[in-house]
Amino acid sequence: MCDNCSGVEFKKNFRDEKVNLELITPVIEKYGKSKGNLINVLQEMQDIYGYLPLSGMDYLAEKTDNKKATIYGVATFYTQFRLNPIGKYLVLQCQGTACHVNGSKEVSKAICKELDIKPGDTTEDGLFTVEDVACLGCCSLAPVMMINGEAYGNLTPGKAVKVIKDLRKKALEGDTNEN
Amino acid sequence: MKIKVGLGSCGIAAGGRKVLKSLQDGAKKYNLDVEIEETGCIGMCFFEPIVDIVTDEGTYSYGFVDENIAKEIIENHIKEGKVLEDNLIYTSENPPNYTKKQHKIALENCGVINPEKIEEYIEKDGYKGITKVLEDMSQEDVIQEIKDSGLRGRGGAGFPTWFKWNAALQSKGNQKYMVCNADEGDPGAFMDRSVLEGDPHRIIEGMLIGGYAIGASEGIIYCRAEYPLAIERLEKAMAQAKKNNYLGENILGTDFTFNLRIKKGAGAFVCGEETALIESLEGKRGMPRLKPPFPAQSGYWREPTNINNVETLANVPWIISKGAEAFSSVGSEKSKGTKVFALSGKIKNGGLVEIPMGMTLREVIFDIGGGIKKDKKFKAVQMGGPSGGCIPAELLDTPVTYENINATGAIMGSGGMVVMDETTCMVDIAKFFLDFTCKESCGKCTYCRVGTKRMLEILERISKGKGKIEDLDELEQLGNSIKDGSLCGLGQTAPNPVLTGLRYFRDEYEAHIVDKKCPAKKCEALLTYTIDPEKCTGCTLCARNCPTDAISGKVKEIHKIDQDLCIKCGNCFDVCNFDAVNVE
Repeated sequence: MCDNCSGVEFKKNFRDEKVNLELITPVIEKYGKSKGNLINVLQEMQDIYGYLPLSGMDYLAEKTDNKKATIYGVATFYTQFRLNPIGKYLVLQCQGTACHVNGSKEVSKAICKELDIKPGDTTEDGLFTVEDVACLGCCSLAPVMMINGEAYGNLTPGKAVKVIKDLRKKALEGDTNEN
Repeated sequence: MKIKVGLGSCGIAAGGRKVLKSLQDGAKKYNLDVEIEETGCIGMCFFEPIVDIVTDEGTYSYGFVDENIAKEIIENHIKEGKVLEDNLIYTSENPPNYTKKQHKIALENCGVINPEKIEEYIEKDGYKGITKVLEDMSQEDVIQEIKDSGLRGRGGAGFPTWFKWNAALQSKGNQKYMVCNADEGDPGAFMDRSVLEGDPHRIIEGMLIGGYAIGASEGIIYCRAEYPLAIERLEKAMAQAKKNNYLGENILGTDFTFNLRIKKGAGAFVCGEETALIESLEGKRGMPRLKPPFPAQSGYWREPTNINNVETLANVPWIISKGAEAFSSVGSEKSKGTKVFALSGKIKNGGLVEIPMGMTLREVIFDIGGGIKKDKKFKAVQMGGPSGGCIPAELLDTPVTYENINATGAIMGSGGMVVMDETTCMVDIAKFFLDFTCKESCGKCTYCRVGTKRMLEILERISKGKGKIEDLDELEQLGNSIKDGSLCGLGQTAPNPVLTGLRYFRDEYEAHIVDKKCPAKKCEALLTYTIDPEKCTGCTLCARNCPTDAISGKVKEIHKIDQDLCIKCGNCFDVCNFDAVNVE
């Protein structure tokens, strides 16, 4: 069996950390073996861990009738599912049409440059994850980004970078206080 | 006296919750006898956060309210009866054009009632439709009433609603399913979200009536996970409906049983297509099925399934309680009733509007929308999102009906209406939509999977000034092949933004290819920002606003842009007070 077939190459896309598998036992029990609930189970698994750990998906395959391939297939099809842990701040950059014509691309570029990452990645210090999202639905405030549930509207590249800088400062100060 | 705060997602994003808190604190502090309620989207997103004061003499609406203004509203208007003229946007005696030209059916209760209280919905004739249906209408009567009303699917394609219902009724199966498609995925569209957030009971009632008509005892609302507030309010509404015997077993003492549940989508645009949605409901990858058989014959778990869009269902209870004739008297000959649009982009008054079918685009954009931001020149309006197209200025007098909009090459779509001005580049916008469909293609059909990618590559080449004139013919040829060679609506419509672009704005494509210029000054590879040494006063404003510190120069010295660091964001151009920044 080559590396591809055994899934070695493929599994490199997934981050695997030691997670407490017992946390998802109630979820698996709740949905039981009834058909058609794979997406619900994965959504709740992500709520627990913040992402879908490989060991969690393997455990799910073991405990239910779903094949591993089916589970990975669903996990990689939908944009909501993350295969890697996220940073302290999740920056969702709206890529809707209204945001696009009002300059979201420039805003995104400035944010990515400030953090030195690409959309979809997390900064090395684990503080920020940047993601592109389809539409946050606040089109009249375009361009918009949402950080941990709070929306920031009418952005300019400068304004967005300031928000990021302020959050970073706050996080670093918080760390010092804790120490 | 009653105070209402608009708390749709837009209102909350603009700070509506803080305003609500400030109003509540103020009322408590002065011990005022006033009801403070939250409500759904009022529709005028450009004024958010909005506070309505409802009195016996009329309604006073305040816009751009913050915590301090909220405090003043309590101290002056509520306590002393003094109106704050500076913050007042209008009164019910003197409504603005924005509301005057609208005709509300689906949005009737949005921004009026508290969506979390079933009593307020019932007070507005809510659940009257389902009561009437259960009391004295047969399944066929309901379908006939919908047929007479002329209601067509509001999800985009405009398929007659009665026809789908009838097909599902006629199909044989062990269990039939009624599904609501609330997977609103078009970027730039938020109609369904606003209805779900502002009037959730109406969707439940629409589902009940549809479920009764086709003979389904189970209903599912497939809603985007990105709409947490809509899901929260729906869940509350469903619990209230159940308590009041509008959902569950033996509804209103009859033998009609209907159970409803919500299924959260997981973020895939293609799941807006009905057969892909069904696959997703079954917990699988959302890849479309071959049609026929249609969902009405073989849908969810291969049983007869009927799927309707949110706005379609929002019209249903109104039609049943007010009568088909009341509905069909609004609109044009073939397109009856109203249509809700999410007006956004380069428009002054962006927000949610509901217009009678047949109104012209010009009326919608200029009379209701107030025209273009900063009074720039109107260039095009994009309708139908990634499946639609851009309608140019010369077609502004096109009436909004399914037939007329289709004739332009765009589609009615689910209701996104994004207005573009002279600074919007048509190549860039086509690239934007194609990038979207390319990423969202499920990969099942080769034409859609590979074809959209190839089209995107050609567009990228053109926007970098590396296009060839033959590329335009190739785009057209490829676009038509993708339409023919794809199984579902996503692929069949994906080339539309490019094809309408080529039809109406070919000269702009040619300018990119032949002159290597972007007339809208948007395509970065074709632009350079420089500072005019004659005009620069050394005010440092541009340097301070540069996100990448690409501008050097001290106070009162001529500034300079480092081209290697410049990300071409255009900030310097926008902020310069002396027209000293050139862009070419």
